[in-house]
Amino acid sequence: MSTRLVSDDVTGQSQISTDPTLRTVTMNFGPQHPAAHGVLRLVMEMDGEVIERLDPHIGLLHRGTEKLIEHKTYLQALPYFDRLDYVSPLCQEHAFVRSAEILLSIVPPRRCQFIRVLYDEITRILNHLLSVTSYAMDVGALTPALWGYEEREKLMEFYEAASGARLHAAYYRVGGVYRDLPAGLEDRISAWADEFPKFMDDMETLLTGNRIFKQRSVDIGIISTDDALSWGFTGPMLRATGLPWDLRKSSPYAVYDELDFQIPVGTNGDCYDRYLVRVAEMRQSLELIRQCLREMPTGAVCIDDNKIVPPSRKAMKSNMESMIHHFKLFSEGFHVPAGEVYCAVEAPKGEFGVYLVSDGGNKPYRCKIRAPGFAHLQAMEKLCKGHMLADSVAVLGSLDVVFGEIDR
Amino acid sequence: MSTVSAAFTARDAAGVEELASYILSKKGEELSRETRDPRMLSFRVRPNKEGGVSSLPLAGVAKFLRDDRQCLFRLLVDICGVDYPNREFRFEVVYHFLSVTHNMRLRLLVDADESLFVPSLHSIFPSACWYERECWDMYGIRFSDHPDLRRLLSDYGFSGHPLRKDFPLTGYTEVRYDEAEGRIVHEKVSLTQDLRSQASLMPWHGLCRDEFSEDKGL
Repeated sequence: MSTRLVSDDVTGQSQISTDPTLRTVTMNFGPQHPAAHGVLRLVMEMDGEVIERLDPHIGLLHRGTEKLIEHKTYLQALPYFDRLDYVSPLCQEHAFVRSAEILLSIVPPRRCQFIRVLYDEITRILNHLLSVTSYAMDVGALTPALWGYEEREKLMEFYEAASGARLHAAYYRVGGVYRDLPAGLEDRISAWADEFPKFMDDMETLLTGNRIFKQRSVDIGIISTDDALSWGFTGPMLRATGLPWDLRKSSPYAVYDELDFQIPVGTNGDCYDRYLVRVAEMRQSLELIRQCLREMPTGAVCIDDNKIVPPSRKAMKSNMESMIHHFKLFSEGFHVPAGEVYCAVEAPKGEFGVYLVSDGGNKPYRCKIRAPGFAHLQAMEKLCKGHMLADSVAVLGSLDVVFGEIDR
Repeated sequence: MSTVSAAFTARDAAGVEELASYILSKKGEELSRETRDPRMLSFRVRPNKEGGVSSLPLAGVAKFLRDDRQCLFRLLVDICGVDYPNREFRFEVVYHFLSVTHNMRLRLLVDADESLFVPSLHSIFPSACWYERECWDMYGIRFSDHPDLRRLLSDYGFSGHPLRKDFPLTGYTEVRYDEAEGRIVHEKVSLTQDLRSQASLMPWHGLCRDEFSEDKGL
């Protein structure tokens, strides 16, 4: 028998109902829903408007990435990483190329490391711009999303200038990056970095102090540090609970240990803190971009080993040895020594890891992808239990889920 | 809301060895050191043999790793299966743990096959739930005491375990919308073009079907 408040239609007053025929209602949300951030199906058990149980059904975007990678050479496997979390492609490529580089025992040149950090941070801003503004849209504010898309467009032009593609860059390579930055790009990024704080201030004017925005996000979906750890949270989701855990600091890769930046942390671990952490992270990323541009050395962007990195086009056309290398690299690919490695990077959504097992062949024997959003979405029930239906949309928005990486 | 400039120290090689011998001194009967990957501290879980039925002391080990003050591996990062069809135990379940207190990672390896049950870590690490469901879905590895071992990523009504090495890349069935029947139908896979295998080390032979390369010894 359930007891609950029902509102009397005529008088508008609430009264306690002890009607034994009242039951919880099972409700289906998605798979196609504007607030589902892609293809997510939630089966919710509702007591009135309060969520009692929640079961996410995922896998509607499952493309078998891990299986496909087992059948591709390392070079052919790389673009799949753009298509996992398709709003932060380059950070994921970074995890994959690093894992292969560790097994091959190679270290890319310094300029390449700076370019990677530069583009990782551009990617972080790209991701957080979409995440923060679409979260604002989920809770009722349309304008930040419109403004944010304009800024994202500028950043995607930097992607295009370097790699030739706005979204699926496929720019990093095992042993370096595909090619050097074109002339003048560093100045353009620098000019953009001078203007961007103005956008950040404008966006924060719309959201941070906004009464409606705060009503929808403060104290919604609270999680403690202990719970966040046991549910496998990483990235801004974990930092919003107050724990300053960031792989760029705790196990620095590329040149992060030489750069100066701070880790934003929250206090309550609610939706609002996650928003604040992401906004503060964008400002830190901007600092990192500035430092990278200032300290970027000149020099090669790839290692000098034609057994792994293809020779220049000119050499390939004029030199027999280079032509053979080119042909072998793009048909057979390079072989990676047998071994296994787990390599993680701080992707915008959290710890993105690649567990790579090589049997010594030209294709990965096993490539397990550890996606941060997978763990976050799993805690949906924990975060939503006892909240109203509308809050589930706010919680989902604050998790920053992208189904490319969750379903893989 | 604030920003902090945190400093982390990672254990050096001697510190890792110290922790390894500490763990082995406490759980030496259950664990054996694995040195396949020199970059991460790894252990293999030994099965208990009691009356002919083997069981894995995994839950006790995981609880120790989570709660012991020297370890505090409180974050279960990932569980993943790997298929080695030629081994005695076909599958290997790989657990990755992270200790944010000690800035340290650890890997546990567990042998499994189609019939063996691996104890679920669901009650110790709630995040294990979906990882184990994924392992079951992709490899058919069974977990005992799991509250809800349904498929996770594959389609409703799917059969088979797609990440096994003997499962073909193309799968067995394909789906399409049938205009006449007005519904989605499942059919046997038919490819209009051969799937190009990159297995051949001599790609100028063009399409390289497996049976072709076996026949000609290429």
